[in-house]
Amino acid sequence: MKNLNKFNTLLFLLCITLGFAQQTPGAKQRKDFAIVGATAHIGNGTVIENSIIVVSNGKITTIGPEASTPQTRQTMDIIDAKGKHVYPGFIVANGTLGLVEVDAVKASDDLSELGTFNPHIRSIIAYNTESKVIESMRPNGVLLGQVVPRGGRISGTSSVVQYDAWNWEDAAIKMDNGIHINWPSSFSRGRWWLGEDPGLKPNKDYAKQVKELSDYFTEAKSYNNGDKKEGHLPFDAMSGLFDGSKHLYINVDDEKGITDAVNFAKSQGVSKLTIVGAYQAGNLTGFLKQNEVSVFLRRVHSRPELEDDDYDYTFKQAKKLVDAGILVALEPSGQMERMNSRNLPFYAGTTAAYGLTKEQALQLITQNPAKIMGIDDMYGTLEVGKSATLFISEGDALDMRTNQLLEAFIDGRQLSLETHQTTLWKRYSKKYNSQN
Amino acid sequence: MIKVHLRLLMLMCSFSLFAQDYFPSNSGVIANNSNFTAFTNATIHVSPTEVINNGTLLIKDGKVVSVGKSVKIPKNTTQVDLSGKTIYPSFIDLYTSFGVEKPKRGGDGPQYGPSRSGYYWNDHVMPEQDVMNAFKYDAKTASEMHKLGFGVVNTHMPDGIVRGTGALIALNNNADNAMRIVDGRTSQHLSFRKSVTSRQSYPSSIMGSMALLRQMYHDAEWYAAGNVDTKDLSLEALNRNKNLLQIFEAGSRANLMRADKVGDAFNIQYTIVGGGDEYERINEIKATNATVILPLNFQLAYDVENPFLASTLSLSDMRAWNQEPHNPRLLAENGVKFALTTHGLKSTKTFSSNLMKAIESGLSKQKALEALTTVPASLLGKSDVLGTLKAGSYANFLITDGDIFEKKTKLYENWVQGTPHVIEDLNTKDIDGDYEFKLAGDDYKLSITGSTSKPKAKLESNDKSLGSKINYSEDWLNLTFKTADSTKKEFIRVVANTTKNNALSGKAILPNGNEVTFHANKTTKEDSDKKGSKKKDNEESETPFMSPITYPNLAYGFTEKPKAETILFKNATVWTNEEDGVLENTDVLIKDGKISKIGKDLSSRNAKVIDATGKHITAGIIDEHSHIAASSVNEGGHNSSAEVTIEDVLNDEAIDIYRNLAGGVTSIQILHGSANPIGGRSAIIKLKWGESADNLIYDNSPKFIKFALGENVKQSRSRSNSRFPQSRMGVEQVFIDYFSRAKAYDELKKSGKPYRKDIEMETLAEILNKERFISCHSYVQSEINMLMKVADQFDFNINTFTHILEGYKVADKMKEHGVGGSTFSDWWAYKYEVNDAIPYNAAIMHNAGIVTAINSDDAEMSRRLNQEAAKSVKYGGVSEEDAWKFVTLNPAKLLHLDDRVGSLKVGKDADVVLWSDHPLSVYAKAEKTLIEGVTYFDLERDQQMREAIRKEKSELINLMLQEKNKGMKTQPIKKKEDKVLHCDSMDAHN
Repeated sequence: MKNLNKFNTLLFLLCITLGFAQQTPGAKQRKDFAIVGATAHIGNGTVIENSIIVVSNGKITTIGPEASTPQTRQTMDIIDAKGKHVYPGFIVANGTLGLVEVDAVKASDDLSELGTFNPHIRSIIAYNTESKVIESMRPNGVLLGQVVPRGGRISGTSSVVQYDAWNWEDAAIKMDNGIHINWPSSFSRGRWWLGEDPGLKPNKDYAKQVKELSDYFTEAKSYNNGDKKEGHLPFDAMSGLFDGSKHLYINVDDEKGITDAVNFAKSQGVSKLTIVGAYQAGNLTGFLKQNEVSVFLRRVHSRPELEDDDYDYTFKQAKKLVDAGILVALEPSGQMERMNSRNLPFYAGTTAAYGLTKEQALQLITQNPAKIMGIDDMYGTLEVGKSATLFISEGDALDMRTNQLLEAFIDGRQLSLETHQTTLWKRYSKKYNSQN
Repeated sequence: MIKVHLRLLMLMCSFSLFAQDYFPSNSGVIANNSNFTAFTNATIHVSPTEVINNGTLLIKDGKVVSVGKSVKIPKNTTQVDLSGKTIYPSFIDLYTSFGVEKPKRGGDGPQYGPSRSGYYWNDHVMPEQDVMNAFKYDAKTASEMHKLGFGVVNTHMPDGIVRGTGALIALNNNADNAMRIVDGRTSQHLSFRKSVTSRQSYPSSIMGSMALLRQMYHDAEWYAAGNVDTKDLSLEALNRNKNLLQIFEAGSRANLMRADKVGDAFNIQYTIVGGGDEYERINEIKATNATVILPLNFQLAYDVENPFLASTLSLSDMRAWNQEPHNPRLLAENGVKFALTTHGLKSTKTFSSNLMKAIESGLSKQKALEALTTVPASLLGKSDVLGTLKAGSYANFLITDGDIFEKKTKLYENWVQGTPHVIEDLNTKDIDGDYEFKLAGDDYKLSITGSTSKPKAKLESNDKSLGSKINYSEDWLNLTFKTADSTKKEFIRVVANTTKNNALSGKAILPNGNEVTFHANKTTKEDSDKKGSKKKDNEESETPFMSPITYPNLAYGFTEKPKAETILFKNATVWTNEEDGVLENTDVLIKDGKISKIGKDLSSRNAKVIDATGKHITAGIIDEHSHIAASSVNEGGHNSSAEVTIEDVLNDEAIDIYRNLAGGVTSIQILHGSANPIGGRSAIIKLKWGESADNLIYDNSPKFIKFALGENVKQSRSRSNSRFPQSRMGVEQVFIDYFSRAKAYDELKKSGKPYRKDIEMETLAEILNKERFISCHSYVQSEINMLMKVADQFDFNINTFTHILEGYKVADKMKEHGVGGSTFSDWWAYKYEVNDAIPYNAAIMHNAGIVTAINSDDAEMSRRLNQEAAKSVKYGGVSEEDAWKFVTLNPAKLLHLDDRVGSLKVGKDADVVLWSDHPLSVYAKAEKTLIEGVTYFDLERDQQMREAIRKEKSELINLMLQEKNKGMKTQPIKKKEDKVLHCDSMDAHN
């Protein structure tokens, strides 16, 4: 009883604190508006100084240099953004926002499901639009992202969402369009409790584990070629990989593993492939380019994995891959990845400090992930006909020194930039101001 | 005088050795053999420094009677002619657990109290343990040791922190323990590792083990002085064991230094079991004055054939393989006294080959022999009876056919206490070689190897090899082989004897039963054989290549430590953190490790001038909360661990030191973790990459201690819930209880009355006396408030709330109390108690007038603290100048170091960073990081180092491939884990 009470108390506490409603999602755009005078960072590597961006019905209807793009301004709201910067909303590749609220509270964790081969597990179902962590993304310009399940060999199926929604259906931009695999590791740990050296040694079961995965794909294919009378939920979920409707994401870091994974996917007839993590992808640029494989690059702000690695190893990988013509996006996985996803712009900024141009760096969190996730018809760049998912920043949004959001929009809907955190900030600032 | 075959002697000796004159006998008459045995015409190594050619060794009753060139041989002497043979004193292994079964692991899950009573409060302290209670003579292992040349071993119970007494055992397989026990109480054994038999949690870290040992010595003194009314058999034993040889199993260079440090404080010079990596900082090892017991567990070459796998191998692991065999030589060259041991070898069989490797790597044979004989004998205080063959010594010696430190040399017999143990038959003639013979018209070629130990034969006829079996003993050869006709299963049997001219002669029995004469002539000439081998010896005697040792000895280490320079930075943007603010186009002169001048158009005659146009110069970053460069973080075995200090467990070869330098960090406070309300003492260090652990610590370092609150200390995510406290309510009571006791302790101490010295109480009393400051891990406002109230109650101030996240909720109270706040810039949502953490925390605290800092608590973030500071501009609109102080001057203030570091002010330490860009910008890179005028990080030098690392690694890989091609054993690649320690990290498997 005692423990149960404890549990209930915890649950109760959770409910009150987590229960503060999220900021109300922005209302549908009713009136056209124009952002005038800003430096527009298109997201495709180009910039328009002194731009004008006209938004109508949630879409960009005009974008160009202010001087050469005449508009009838009477019918629309004008946002004066002289000296400011406009960016397409940043996109979190391989994100997990909405699946866990508090890392250490198991009750708030829906990140992974039991089992090894879970292609049928759909992350979108657990996506919590009311997450306070999600609302904290918006003030930094992070407006879209993938919702990715983790764990197992085949973790499950992901969707792409926008971060200002009432429910998961509202949120979804693309539903169930990615399948995620954890590639067998090249190294495994000794079982110290059996007296083995607990260090990392070459994984003896590697070939066996690859074979299991390969067999699973073969079986899934056979099933999908048949009449499917019997029904098989996991194999049903796999079909998209073979007909091109789903994208395959393989988490693998080492050079050999990446090579094996790419060859595996090719041999299985998978057409859309992204390597996730890809720590040593820099050693394989020719191979990846040749096979037209894109990369979600491991969190830029992480420590080099090996003692001998260059101190700036993780900072400069993006440059290496981009220079080789590989399509690269940045991913945030790692410790505290959800709350850290708001630092996505600064991950990109770091890649610019270590070799890329700022506009190239911007592509890593806008155009490139949009292309890879298959949402580039509407998102990722500021172009006519695309969704007005964008924000205005006081300065360079890739630098924490100048990333200061003034306005943000998703599909033309103006977003609240308030959060649980700004509420507390204001509340306590007011308390002390009134004391003085 | 009778000359007998040596083999007969064995029997005689074994009879005589059983004589224990006061034991009744019911098996016949008591007849003691009082004959002498003389070994004549031998080369006798009486000691490592004295060799007699053509000498005689005379023994009786298991002891040496006399040794020399002209020894008077009594009439009742059995003589053994050892012409061409060599005699050595047999070896002594100081560090074994011979005859002792390894104790079994007891139970699972933590236990906070002891399992025993009448003994010390900690189960892992067992000085009362006597190895003889567990000892059972192990003839099989003894025979293994005989083959390696050992005659006497010191044994102990290899379990626990204090392990009790060891005993010295003669490996005499033909006697009973009464004879074999040379000394039943020779040594007392210690280590940092807990007993596997007890679940008692404390200590859970190396620093805890060190603290426990110190407290134990204090308690033993207090007990010895008669201040304790109750019985403590452990402390009694400890006091009793005081005068024994104190052997400490350290197992690595770093732990060796730690053990010695513990011993020094109590005037105890431990003899320390090392790790084989002592060469990395040989001067420090030398300065300990400790004798080292040295394992020879050299790494095998890694199997680097697969380039993918090989690429994960670290330079430090490669170097360990390459450099370790040089360790004994380097110790000898630097005058460090050492003994050698078989301890630590997976298979003791590798002892001899590794010893040869050490000798190939330049260890002198004399030193090797000393390390195996006279050094251990003298440590045991047994030089009169062990280690040499002087008159009066035990007749413990080896008979070989030459230099015992040569690969080809045969060890025939290992005599212990006058009893021979035959390894190879001394009298069996060596018939190794190639032979030719004819049988029934066919020509055969026979090749024999290993004839005196494990004979092997290869036989061929007409270029066809034939299956054969060989047997050879007492000069008789039996050879059975298949006939050349493989369609039949027929055999030819040969029995033959060796003849004087190196031939084999006898008869062969053919498959049809016919017997014919057999005669095989040796085709290889011994002379040419010997020459050949000599040549080879010469080739091998060149000292093998050794990679240079760097400081520290891993990638990016310095071959030569960099020195302080006079440097003039010209035309920079200078962030002074002083009244001058940010100065444009300004010069900074660095001299004698200090900031010498700041101004326009400076010049200095001998200065190295660096153009800093367009660049920024700032004070080095200071991280108030770090866990890098430490081997342990938490001592969680008790709810208070004020007795432990991180200074004990610094790790001077952590690559994160270098990486932090590359992020412009120059000073850090390494805090104890947050496993318990009262944590351990801090180490405040400068990141002087290459310096030894002790040299990293600030001179006159301010004294700090970590406290902690909240989820971690109440073990919210722990399996066990048996340690007090389990709630925030209990946490307060822990503090009040400890401070009340510390107050009473301090009052008693100050009164001049006798008191039991208690390290934990001493530390807490320092806090009460405002000599030590608290940096407290804190999240939630209620407990922050509570700790300030506890401090008020005991009339002191909390110094810092570290990574405080709800400081903004009680900023007014903090201001009033006078406590500083160090915070994360934007962390939250990782556990329940950080739900209300906001990135505006720093701004609110700062605006409330609190000294505010931003810390990392994370090895990755710490190298980007400039960016974290910039986030306070974004969240809450702090001015850039103030934000910059959050990671420089303010942490310096919180650490009471602002008179030395934290700003650019003439006279302060030259801990400065040259940035490529605005230091708060994500685009800024540290180009140079200086500490006290020494450039510890330099972007250009870093590029050169990368190239050098690549080159050295490919050289070492090449050497490993050569090793594998030679047919040497290799080991699989291991991926070195670059372990990151956090607040809640515990030592692994300690």
